[in-house]
Amino acid sequence: MTPLRASLVGVVASLLLLLIVLELVRGRRLKERYALLWIATGLVLLVLSAWRGGLNTIAGWAGVQTYPPAVLFAVATLFILLVLLHFSTVLSKLTDENVELAQRVALLEERVRWLSAESPGSLLDSPPAERVRQE
Amino acid sequence: MRRDRIVAIVPALNEAGVIGRVVDEIREADARIEVVVVDDASTDDTAGIARARGATVLQLPFNVGIGGAVQTGFKYALEQGYDLAVRLDGDGQHDAREIPRLLEPVERGEADLVIGSRFVEGKGSYRPPFARRMGIRVFARLVSVLGGQRVTDTTSGFVALDRVGIELFARDYPHDYPEVEGTLVALRSGLRLAQVQVEMRVRESGASSITFVRSVYYIVKVLLALLVSSLRRYPRLEGGSR
Repeated sequence: MTPLRASLVGVVASLLLLLIVLELVRGRRLKERYALLWIATGLVLLVLSAWRGGLNTIAGWAGVQTYPPAVLFAVATLFILLVLLHFSTVLSKLTDENVELAQRVALLEERVRWLSAESPGSLLDSPPAERVRQE
Repeated sequence: MRRDRIVAIVPALNEAGVIGRVVDEIREADARIEVVVVDDASTDDTAGIARARGATVLQLPFNVGIGGAVQTGFKYALEQGYDLAVRLDGDGQHDAREIPRLLEPVERGEADLVIGSRFVEGKGSYRPPFARRMGIRVFARLVSVLGGQRVTDTTSGFVALDRVGIELFARDYPHDYPEVEGTLVALRSGLRLAQVQVEMRVRESGASSITFVRSVYYIVKVLLALLVSSLRRYPRLEGGSR
């Protein structure tokens, strides 16, 4: 059986996690998109901590006979791995987009240089306001 | 017959010492070629010197690595409507006098991608250190098997391409250590490959971007890229459609 104290600690810890995540989202320091996995993690841990019978049953399925709260650790670890993997995909996407942006900047800068050489004094050389007046 | 518009794509990182000569040599090799130096955020005057010699310079705002830099050149070539492109390094290790020979197969429309190989039929005097030679050979074997065509040198950065190749690489080019995987992507996309024997010079300045510590990362990364790449599907491109 799961010791009552272990369950309480689990409930408090997962509630704390949920509260922190919600507070970060509320303060716009964490985007909803990236909060979802964390909230799922917090909820699953909360349910498994509070629902003692369920945790024991799952422990039975998983072949964990001596100490059911070990399942909590396993589930928490699994979710942390998922979150990290998610971050890696986000990071990869950002890297690609970053390179793409740098390339576009280089190409556009060259085009601007070419355009301003083509018609001197029209671009870059004069501030926009002045250009409007000339027209 | 319409004359092909040709662009030379030259990635450079802190090559102020040699970039001027590289630009000049390309011009001397073929006056039709427009030289485009892609400056991967050098901290020296690489861009200024290249520009002073009449090259077009694409300046990346921060360092994106060799693959991303070269791809910038391909994107430029695509946008500006060039027919042919040749890509060679900004450190002077590729001999610009070999450019006409490298361009020949694409100019005749016989290939979409020409690799300047150091090892065609065991010719050439280039003898790298044992470990590197083995690495080059293993990659060549692997790409040959996965790509279904015999390739002798997949690590060469001295290549020529036609419009089909330019379009492919402008869209899909690996970002770090691009040569090996790029060759496989080209083969799997159905590009016609040709190989031309070239000599490569000893580096004139700067250090090779591949140090000993990085070489392990290099090998593992490229192996992974090759295996994953061979699991992907690539749309077959129509070779020789220009």
